[in-house]
Formats: sequence, structure tokens, C-alpha cells
Amino acid sequence: MTSASTNDIEFRSVAKRYGSVTAVSDINFAVPKGAFMALLGPSGCGKTTCLRMIGGFEQPSEGTVYISGEAMNGVAAYRRPVNMVFQQYALFPHLDVEQNVSYGLRQMRPRISGAEISRRAQEALEMVRLGGFGKRRIHEMSGGQQQRVALARAIVNKPKVLLLDEPLAALDKKLRTAMQIELQTLQRDLGITFVLVTHDQEEALSMSDFVCVMNAGRIVQVGPPQDIYDRPASLFVADFVGKTNRIAATVDTGGASVVFADGTRVAAPVATTPSAGAAMVALRPEAISLKRNGAAGTAALSGIVTHRIFLGSSVEYSVDVDGLGDFLVTADRRALGDGDLVEPGDRVGLAFDPNALHVFPA
Amino acid sequence: MPMATNTKRNLVTAALVAPAAAWLMIFLVLPFIAMLVFAFGERAPEGGYQAAFTFAQFARLPTRAAAFWNTMVLAPVGALVCLLVAYPVAYYLAVKSDPRYRLILVSLVVVPFWTSLLVRTYAWMYILGSRGIPNLLSMIGLEDVRLLNTPGAVLLGIVYGYLPLMIMPIYVSLEKLDRRLLEASADLGARPVSTFFGVTLPLSLPGVMTGVALVTILLLGEYLIPQLLGGGKVFFIGNALVDLFLQSRNWPFGSAIAVTLVAVVVVILMVAMRIAFRVAGTRQVDLV
Repeated sequence: MTSASTNDIEFRSVAKRYGSVTAVSDINFAVPKGAFMALLGPSGCGKTTCLRMIGGFEQPSEGTVYISGEAMNGVAAYRRPVNMVFQQYALFPHLDVEQNVSYGLRQMRPRISGAEISRRAQEALEMVRLGGFGKRRIHEMSGGQQQRVALARAIVNKPKVLLLDEPLAALDKKLRTAMQIELQTLQRDLGITFVLVTHDQEEALSMSDFVCVMNAGRIVQVGPPQDIYDRPASLFVADFVGKTNRIAATVDTGGASVVFADGTRVAAPVATTPSAGAAMVALRPEAISLKRNGAAGTAALSGIVTHRIFLGSSVEYSVDVDGLGDFLVTADRRALGDGDLVEPGDRVGLAFDPNALHVFPA
Repeated sequence: MPMATNTKRNLVTAALVAPAAAWLMIFLVLPFIAMLVFAFGERAPEGGYQAAFTFAQFARLPTRAAAFWNTMVLAPVGALVCLLVAYPVAYYLAVKSDPRYRLILVSLVVVPFWTSLLVRTYAWMYILGSRGIPNLLSMIGLEDVRLLNTPGAVLLGIVYGYLPLMIMPIYVSLEKLDRRLLEASADLGARPVSTFFGVTLPLSLPGVMTGVALVTILLLGEYLIPQLLGGGKVFFIGNALVDLFLQSRNWPFGSAIAVTLVAVVVVILMVAMRIAFRVAGTRQVDLV
């Protein structure tokens, strides 16, 4: 056996095809024991297919999925040491909350005693703070409560890996944030590996230790959330994870400076040496600071504010930059005095650290 | 203005409901009332009905015990056998069949209805009659096998004739069964057999109940199949009614039997509905 046993999940050259359609291909990644991994990507990118291959609902057309170092090819879903929290929960409508939670325990062979079953079901329910709800029917539970039932049902068998398929998609924003924290706590308490599928980049960044960004059936970047955000490997990642401004540009021979489409020349970021030629530059909205015209000469670009979106703790400005078009700029309110809000129609300068630029070949 | 719209809406409602209501009134409620009245009356000397108030007709019910017995046994047994045959078919259609051909397969189930049940039952008479299967059996030395005019023949005819009515409701309930529930069951470690008995079967019970109630109720009034395949030896209440109304022209006694039959059907229906609703109550989550 290889080092795979320190990983709870490993994909080796996995591909999945449906007839002539390739859903995913060339999938390689490993999830260390006890880690929280997010599969992030737009809908149709193949992230759910990957999750379903771990769960055993799909078999790879090529390559191998390992769970705790064991190859899972041809192993049926009911034999795998993983459990899943389904999208929209897939709770059994004909069973009450406790029967739902104890369903997995009742499938165990050799059988475990009824007293043990109800003890463990209670324990799982208390873990998701649904202690007194065992006798409720599923349709009597709110969306958030159903989510917890689904969680309890999935952790009651003490799986090696918990799979979560867009578990928070059906909840409102406040509940979603609360559940994000709860899921993180649960994962730490249980110490089991979590694999989360989501199209919500905020969810992926906030909860996981590793993010695996997928696009069009392939993995485009794997790394800790901060790396993904700060050092996107491609324009797609920069665009998909967080907001970004895209600027058409050319890189000088030697890669020392970058010339924007409007002729503005800035120093190339020091961390990377971009190859010369046509390029696309990504710049985060929060990496830009607005300068009132004339206030500073350091501003590289200048434009007119077209929209202001007040978000409470921050303000988003849409700026029509001369020769480059629309830019999005996020200003932290602490950085601005309250009276310092820039009005639509104002001419402003846009300043940024050249090291905040991400240069990708066009 | 709101008043006017309200009145208009009521008028539209009335217009929509009126034809059905009139139909039911003329062909169901009024005849039923007439039947109730007849049931407590007397047979006129020349046949038909003569006004009276007596329970005599109900007291004579035991003389038709055989008809009641056959009906009360063969209707539920027929429905049950129907169920056992129909469930695997419905399961195959809804779960296992290729979705591309599903519609065609499902329409094949109803194709027999394009031919009259009378014709199809006649065909069975021939198949089960002396020139049919018994003839073939005699060739291999099995002499004097009687199939026609036995309870078995009636049961066969019943299952044959009513199978589509059982398949359809079960198919519908299995068809709308959420496949993710089956995956969830497998995910939690349930083997396919456990998933069937733990999830699929309980969630298809409303369809099963509908099918059983539908077939049982229709069978309680069945006349044709016992007439043709039971040959007067295995007869149903339906056959007894035909005799009483058309042959001996004893309308009051026939009415008493019919009233009793209706009462039995109502009781069965209520029990079946109660069970179906209890199961359906747990399915409300589907609507949320």
C-alpha cells in the first residue's frame, strides 16, 4: 500500500464519461485525514459528479477513487465508509426525525440492539441541537431543522468521510452563515474528513482547509483558501473566486512592465515574471483605493464614478475609467470618513500597488 | 364592483359544476333513493314493486349467501393476486425500464382496453374450455381437467381483466418516488432489498391502496366474468341481481341485496381511505 492511507480520499487520473459526453477528466487530488475540502466551481463543472463517485452513486470510467487507501472501483454505495448530506436533504418523509437518524444504524450487520440504536440516535440529534425533536415528522420541521436532521443522519454511522452536496443552498443568508460556523465546529469535534460541494465561493473560502476549484470537468487549482484568493492560478479562478477587474494589457519584453490597453504603463508584479506579449490582468476591487482628483499624483488611472452601492460596512463604486471602461472598487468604510463618500459623477483617481496585479497570458 | 365579480365567479362555478351535478342527481342519487324505497317494499304478485314497509327482504338475504360469499372472497383475493402481479410490472415500468421507451411500455398496459372486455373474456372461455388447454393436456395423458366454470377460472379472468387498473396507480406512485431517497438509503448502508422494504414499498403504499380499493370495488359489482367463466356455478352478487331483476322480477329483494352491497362498499372505501390518508399524511413533505 502506498502513502494513500494518510489520505482519506484520493483521486488518481479519474475520468467520467456519459456516452460521448465527458463529465470530468484528469482528476487528481487527495484529501488528508481530518481535513475540510471544498469542491468549488460553477454548475456543470463536474464537482457533484466527483462527489457522487466518492459516495458510490457513479463509477469512474477511468482511474481510481481511493477511500482510506482502498480502491473503490465497483464497490457499491452501501458498502462504503462514507455518508452524504444530500442537496435538499433527501429525508425519508414516511419516517419521523428519530427514525430518519437511526436508519443507518438499523442497517448495521451484525445488528446492534434497539437500546443502543436509540442511544446513538439521541446522541447524534443532540450534536445538531435537535435533542427534543425525535418524534416530529419531517414535514413539521423548518428548512434549517431539516438540514440538521440530514446532518445527524449522516454522522450517526461515524463515517470516515462526510460528503456534503450544496448543503446550505436552500437556507437564507443568516441561517447559512450560522450553519457554516456550526459545520466547522462539528468537523473539528468529530475529527472526520469533510468534502463539501458548492458553487458559492464565499462558503468554500470560509469553511474549508483546502479548496479545489473546478471548471469544465477539470481541476484548475487546489490550495488553501487564502492562496486561491490571493494567488489565483488562472483568470477563471480570479474571476470565479471573489470579484475582479479584468484589464486587457501587453507585457513588455523582459517582463518588467505591463502596458494597459489605454497606454498606462505600470511595473510588473515582483512575485512573478510574466511572459511577454498580450495579457489579461486581474485586479481585486479592494486592492484599489480611490483618490479625489488632485488629492494625489500617485493614481495610475482616472475615471468618473457612475454608481455607488452602499453595503453597510463597505461601499462599492462603479467607475468608468478613461480608455479602459468599467471598474469595480470596494472601499472599506473605516478607510473613509463618513462624509467622505464619493458621489456619482465625481472624477476620481484609482491607485493600487502593482504587486496586487495578477497577469495572465491572454 | 367586487360584488359583481363575485357573482360572476359563482355563476361560472355553477355552470361548470351543473352538468356533473345534474348527471349524478338523475342517474345516481334518485335511483339510489328509489332502490332504498324498493328494498323495504314487497314484490307485486305479477312482479315488480308494491308499496309496503317491511324488513322481510333483508331477512331473506341469507338465501343469497353463496353469491355474497363468492363476491366477498373472490373480489379481495382477486385484488390481492392482481396486486402481486401488478407491483413487479409497475416497478419495472417506473424504475427499471429505459426512460426512452417508458411511454410506449406504459401505453401497452392500457392497449387491452381498446378491445371490449366481453370479447376478451370470450377468448378466455375458449382457451379454458374443452377445446382449449384441457384438450392440450389430454394429449399428454391428463384427461378430464376442468378449468372453465371453476373459481380458478373466475379468478384468472378477474386478474386478467383488472390488471391495468392495478398497475396504473402503483406505477404513478413509484414514478414520482424521489430517486435521491433510494440513494440516501444506500448511502446509509442499506442493501437493495432493505431499501425496497424500508423506502420504496412504504412510499408506494398510497398507489397500492388506490389500486386495491379501485379493483376491489369494481369487482364487488362484477357480473360479466363470473357469468362467462363461472358458468352459473361461480356467481357473484352482480349475477344474483340480474336474476332477481330480469328473471324473477323481484325488485324489492334485488334492491335489498344492492343496498347491502353499497353499504359494504362504503365501509371498505372508508377503511381504505383512512389507511391511505394516514400514509399520505407523511408524504406532505413532497408538497413543501
